[in-house]
Amino acid sequence: MSDCHSASVPLQPVTLRVRERRPLLALAGQPNVGKSTLFNFLTGLNQHVGNWPGKTVERREGSFSINGHEYGIVDLPGTYSLTANSPEEVITREFILREGPDLVIAIVNAANLERSLYLVAELISLATPLAIILNMMDVAKQEGISIEPEVLEAALGVPVIPMTATRANGMQAFYQTVQEILDGRHVSTPRLPEIRADHRATLDEILSHIQGYVPSPYPESWVALKLLEGDTEITRTLQNNLPAEKWEAVYNLLRQHDDALLAIASGRYEWIGRMVRAAVVHPKIGQISLTKQLDRWAVHPLWGLVILAGILGLVFWLTFTIGSPVQGWLDAQIVGGLTGIANQLLASAPFWVRSLIVDGVLGGVGAVVTFLPIMIIFFAVFGLLEDMGYMARAAFVMDNFMHMMGLHGKSFLPLFLGFGCNVPSILGTRVIDSKPARFLTILIAPLVPCTARMAVVAFLAPAFFGSNALFVSWGLILLSMIALVLSGTLLNKIIFKGQRSAFIMEMPLYHVPNSRTIGLLIWQRSLSFLKKAGTNILAMALVIWALSMLPNGDLNQSYLVQFGKWVEPVGRWMGLDWRLTVALITSFPAKENAVATLGVLFGSSPDAALTQTLTSTFSTASALSFLVVTMLFIPCMATVAVIRQETNSWGWTLLNIALFLVISIAAGAGVYHLALAIGL
Amino acid sequence: MDHTHALSLTDLSVDNYATILAFNIGTVEATRLVSLGFTPGAQVSMTQNYGYGPLIVTVRGTRVALGRVEAAKIFVERSAE
Repeated sequence: MSDCHSASVPLQPVTLRVRERRPLLALAGQPNVGKSTLFNFLTGLNQHVGNWPGKTVERREGSFSINGHEYGIVDLPGTYSLTANSPEEVITREFILREGPDLVIAIVNAANLERSLYLVAELISLATPLAIILNMMDVAKQEGISIEPEVLEAALGVPVIPMTATRANGMQAFYQTVQEILDGRHVSTPRLPEIRADHRATLDEILSHIQGYVPSPYPESWVALKLLEGDTEITRTLQNNLPAEKWEAVYNLLRQHDDALLAIASGRYEWIGRMVRAAVVHPKIGQISLTKQLDRWAVHPLWGLVILAGILGLVFWLTFTIGSPVQGWLDAQIVGGLTGIANQLLASAPFWVRSLIVDGVLGGVGAVVTFLPIMIIFFAVFGLLEDMGYMARAAFVMDNFMHMMGLHGKSFLPLFLGFGCNVPSILGTRVIDSKPARFLTILIAPLVPCTARMAVVAFLAPAFFGSNALFVSWGLILLSMIALVLSGTLLNKIIFKGQRSAFIMEMPLYHVPNSRTIGLLIWQRSLSFLKKAGTNILAMALVIWALSMLPNGDLNQSYLVQFGKWVEPVGRWMGLDWRLTVALITSFPAKENAVATLGVLFGSSPDAALTQTLTSTFSTASALSFLVVTMLFIPCMATVAVIRQETNSWGWTLLNIALFLVISIAAGAGVYHLALAIGL
Repeated sequence: MDHTHALSLTDLSVDNYATILAFNIGTVEATRLVSLGFTPGAQVSMTQNYGYGPLIVTVRGTRVALGRVEAAKIFVERSAE
């Protein structure tokens, strides 16, 4: 094995293992360097989104063909370094070390070369062949930075490909270089970062203790370096693998050199400095960049909040002015049309078959599929804000507010995502470094009204409140936010004793959003929503339909009605009759079911729209209470499953369910009686 | 090292330049900070500091948001541009 930390490596052509299968490329890079843009450009729709085994981090892989060559490609999660701080770093290094891709492609931001080469300083020390993409050449040019890729390539000793992925500039050179490297026509002689002389001796000493005890596939010198850097994951592994007296010796060394992390990092930046010195010409200071201009407003303590409120307002306005009418049209034309056709075709079929198709399948799933326009609006807006670099600004301006709950700005990001769907919001809490802050965020995250709940509101509020629907919706969101702050503050005092965690976050440069990235995001999210509608929600709609038909086909004697009547006493505190109570209970598998269930219970028919039936059936107080309870009720099944997975504890999961039961029943009963008192 | 005479990052006003001396912070936070470009000897400039709430500093060409508590644990020495 070569020494990973000497200054230069003797000429060592990168040899490739001969493989039967297509070559596997891995895309690595820090966040905000345009990694997804390139991945989406290369793979288009030939990509698959799943999860890394045992992890909740998205695993995106795909394939592409150029000039008759087919390549597999994996989009590794964005990481600042390879030291285990979060699952992303572990995934990235485990993938490179264990699965051995044929080529690692490191993407760096040309406009921010020094910082984004930090990950390269780590990647270049691993044995896997490496190529570097110098992305965002256009942004660098705008900022007045000029870079000579050939000079950088000569300094680093690995291929460097200039690119502007958003405009697909530099793709030909990319394809050509990749194939050259895979064919072994590119001789790489990487120059590796050094470690300071005084720590060099310590590193050798650690190495002598751990030799022979390092589990494969980790290189021993790499493990020694990670120990010195204080990597928690590697430290734990070695503690388990080393005999007690060897661990003792290593542990004492590490304690004496607890400042080694800074020395190693400084060494890497010195190396970066040497690499970029000749290749980069920096601008004269004085010009005010776009980011600086926009940030005068976007992160201002007051204007920042105004802008954020404006954006949220815009999202809901779009939902009501575009989403709801399109939804209504889909409901009338498609679902109504299909119901009519089904009724005709099945005129001679037995009653229960027609009911199964019309009331069960079309009534349930049809109502849900019509939510798609509203979902798309949310996916688009959030994808756009994320891609532009605005999300970090939202986190920044919310930091003061989040302090009230003992949280900081980063907790706002997952909560903000929750407006789309609570599942990614729970998963998104991974950006929070401290465990108490993360658990608190998980507990309160489902109080953020998700698209599905907003869709139920968007459907029912106009039915109950006509032109006041928008105000009622705003009130419901406000109520949810108040519940969120109150429960966050209380839980922080009671359970977490007022702890807080560190707020350290990059503020990326703003850039023009990429339509392809956002388009693919909308496509994937919509597809997964439709899949959910086609499976879970269909199954649930059928179960509800069956429960409403059994045992004898008469709704009023059905199991569903019996169950609803059994729990009705609790519902009555909140002014809900058995139908609304049943609708609420069936919202557990998916929030959208609330509408679907009402559809089944009232027997959807094209001539009498569900909304009209509902308006004439329920009082304003009951309607208001139902909407309030729907907003605050137990999170949906998927969210609960993710909470269990992320907290790895049934205790926390049950606490969450209990919390939401209490909040929703209390708020529902409160609102109902208040509404009655003021004569609604 | 004795940092009693050193400034902390929170003491800088906007457009002030300083050199990082050290930080007194846990390993996890330190790892994050160095990967974002904060190392002893690196130059920082204050981008936004209203005297309360989080602040934004520029280090190695990157804007980084820091909570006040974290910024107070980073010790710096004033420097010319």
